[in-house]
Amino acid sequence: MNVPRKLYLTILCLTIVAGCGKRERLVDIGNRNQELRINNYGEPSSLDPQIGIGQLEHNVSIALYEGLVTVDTKDLSLHPGAAESWNISPDEKVYTFHLRKNGRWSNGEPITARDFVESYHRILTPALAAQYSYMLYPVENAEAFNTGKITNFDEVGFKAPDDYTLQVTLHSPAPYLLSMVIHESWFPVPISVIKKYGAPDDRTNPWARPGTCVGNGPFVLKEWTMNSHILVEKNPTYWDAQNVRLNKIYFDPTEDEDTAERMFRSGQLHGIPQASPSKVAFYRKNKPNLIKVYPILAIYFYKFNVTRPPVNDKRVRKALTMAIDRRAIADTIMRAGEEPAFFFTPPNTGGYTCQTKLSEDVAEARRLLAEAGYPDGRNFPKVEVLFNIMQAHKAVAEALQQMWKKNLNVDIVLHNEEWKVYLDSMMHTNYSMGRAGWVGDYVDPSTFLDTMTTDSGNNETGWSNAEYDRLIHLASNTGDQAARYAAYQKAEAILLDEMPVMPIYFYTIPRLILPCVRGWYPNVLDTYNFKTMYLEPEEN
Amino acid sequence: MLRFIARRLLETIPVLFIIATVTFFMMHGAPGGPFDSEKKPGPEVLARMKAHYGLDKPLFQQYLLQMKHLLQGDLGPSFKYPGRSVNEIIAVSFPVSLELGCEALVVALVFGLAAGMVASLKQNSAWDHVPMSLAMAGLCVPTFVMGPLLISAFAIHMDWFNAAGWFFPRDRVLPALTLGAYYAAYVARLTRGGFLEILNQDYIRTARAKGAGGARILFKHALRGGILPVVSFLGPAVAGLLTGSFVVETIFGIPGLGRYFVMAAFNRDYFMVMGSVLFYACFVVAFNLATDIVLVWLNPKLRFEE
Repeated sequence: MNVPRKLYLTILCLTIVAGCGKRERLVDIGNRNQELRINNYGEPSSLDPQIGIGQLEHNVSIALYEGLVTVDTKDLSLHPGAAESWNISPDEKVYTFHLRKNGRWSNGEPITARDFVESYHRILTPALAAQYSYMLYPVENAEAFNTGKITNFDEVGFKAPDDYTLQVTLHSPAPYLLSMVIHESWFPVPISVIKKYGAPDDRTNPWARPGTCVGNGPFVLKEWTMNSHILVEKNPTYWDAQNVRLNKIYFDPTEDEDTAERMFRSGQLHGIPQASPSKVAFYRKNKPNLIKVYPILAIYFYKFNVTRPPVNDKRVRKALTMAIDRRAIADTIMRAGEEPAFFFTPPNTGGYTCQTKLSEDVAEARRLLAEAGYPDGRNFPKVEVLFNIMQAHKAVAEALQQMWKKNLNVDIVLHNEEWKVYLDSMMHTNYSMGRAGWVGDYVDPSTFLDTMTTDSGNNETGWSNAEYDRLIHLASNTGDQAARYAAYQKAEAILLDEMPVMPIYFYTIPRLILPCVRGWYPNVLDTYNFKTMYLEPEEN
Repeated sequence: MLRFIARRLLETIPVLFIIATVTFFMMHGAPGGPFDSEKKPGPEVLARMKAHYGLDKPLFQQYLLQMKHLLQGDLGPSFKYPGRSVNEIIAVSFPVSLELGCEALVVALVFGLAAGMVASLKQNSAWDHVPMSLAMAGLCVPTFVMGPLLISAFAIHMDWFNAAGWFFPRDRVLPALTLGAYYAAYVARLTRGGFLEILNQDYIRTARAKGAGGARILFKHALRGGILPVVSFLGPAVAGLLTGSFVVETIFGIPGLGRYFVMAAFNRDYFMVMGSVLFYACFVVAFNLATDIVLVWLNPKLRFEE
């Protein structure tokens, strides 16, 4: 074969490949047909809203089901959902929801108050072992029924006086109830359909699958191929279907941030919820119109095991907490707009911002450490920091290790463990200092501060304070919002003085999203409102 | 031959039994449980979840129960995905891994055998050095580097393929190349070695002396002996290829079995771990057996030994 022939052949091959290669990108097809393609950051465990817990299950559930009340993602204001209106009794203990008469399940059946009562009966049935059943605990006797103390559901505060009236009686006033009602644990599920596929209280009942899943939301489940995609389509029986503009939503389960980002870049996805830190810097500098960084209701912090020396000494905990530079961690390590955390509850959580602030004061930290018996870090035992294996956790731990060495002259040892081993160590307080994170379930300080009470399974520090417990109990049993927040202020001040936890930063979400996605608003719950979203490319 | 196969098949029973037993106790011995999470479920909820899956029973009783179910072909439920059985997950994800594995195998064999044969025929020339250097590079570049490089070039810059996903026929190209490249490199080197040894044998010289051409010598006389090392390598390699690759499936967002194999262990999804380990073990055993049979068929010396 002589050279020109080889050359012709190469050019021919390249032309064929290139010719058949150019194609319309999936997002362009999506824009034309109102088909949204978003990354969901993982494979949902279940689309039964009472079983599947977590953000990625939530993202699909809110397309398939609708609760009594919905949230406007623009300002987190509450709006009618399955209930067209509601009223609250003067003592704030009885909520009466008036259901829409045109509410329909996706199989065409009307939705009645009875459906809601049966749904709540199911989630509270002990055998179902629903992890989020506690979201219904403000309701009278809900906890007693869920923990098996009572067995007659009639004693629980859910009543359906008629087909379109749902009465919810609380054991004590809970001004934040409606912000809990928007959670998927309050969504209705079609009990009559569930019964066709097994016992309603069987958590492995396979009803929530394409072809059998029935919901009351703006979309219906059409396809679900594990680790490939979930496809939902506009639900024609939805009461407000004429205002739903998207025809389809594809949820992509890609978990790997880099893979998802490449899919976004190659026009396969309209948005991904999380860009890796290295990509965040790039997008913020070069393509700022494609990235939105916004705070969410979550904190990154360290826990102290207060039963283990030397961190059983409050002065040591305080010294360690004061001797770090949170701004440096947020700005140089995390680099996604995180806010340094000087208290535990994220600022402006339901209008609540903690008035007590931690200080960063190296001189005071040294003094406290000396007072605790370790002047200039002398004789300070080797203390271990435990974290689960992840690059970002390691980077933060290394930075802290360096700060503590420089500022306090103490040696901290880093110890990482595989996720489940780490969870086990934390649960059995088999650590001295441990990394932790917490994402709020609803917009109220209680979702953060409740975790540190003596009997909370999420405390894990061995810390117990009777006054703190009393204040939290007081706050959760009063309907007076000002009194509640005053109690939370006092409780959080105790927490920040006793220091079983060391707040580091408040999380942000660095989301990549194409400008053609309209009606999407960043919000602290990081939730979507698919009903109002649509696709409209900018005119060139 | 039949006796040989029957004996080997019988040997697999204790092998699988031992694998299942070791897997069971290692899994339950590992710290952390399937329902541990950053948000702790209440103690009553946790107890009921455990009871639902029989995890509240004494360990040995759980072991006997699981063995009984395994004997009946029931791999059990997945903890991570309530409502799905391990059988179902494998049934859905394995065909994907199988398809990708077959395509990667084609890549490996076509490129590997061709490069190896050419290299052995033109020993110490550019035809030898270039493909063998490439093969060495192919062995050295890990798939997690090769995959993103191919995606950057062909999906993002040239826009010929999707960056990830498993929807269209063209989505098969880059993953198959990435996964196949490593094996192709191996096959090329083994083929070259095998053929070089055979091409120096007396019977090849005789064939040459009698006037046989290059292609005839290669395919008629040398092939059967030359690919013996490749066949030995392919047995366990094919089992690995067909049951999925965690890295390639992650990079290309492929819904195959490889990811479950790894993630099940991280999730402490006990039944899923057991199911995928046994499934993989069966494959390894089956392909080793197939390799032995093919080797006996290819190599008359082994037949005499038997």
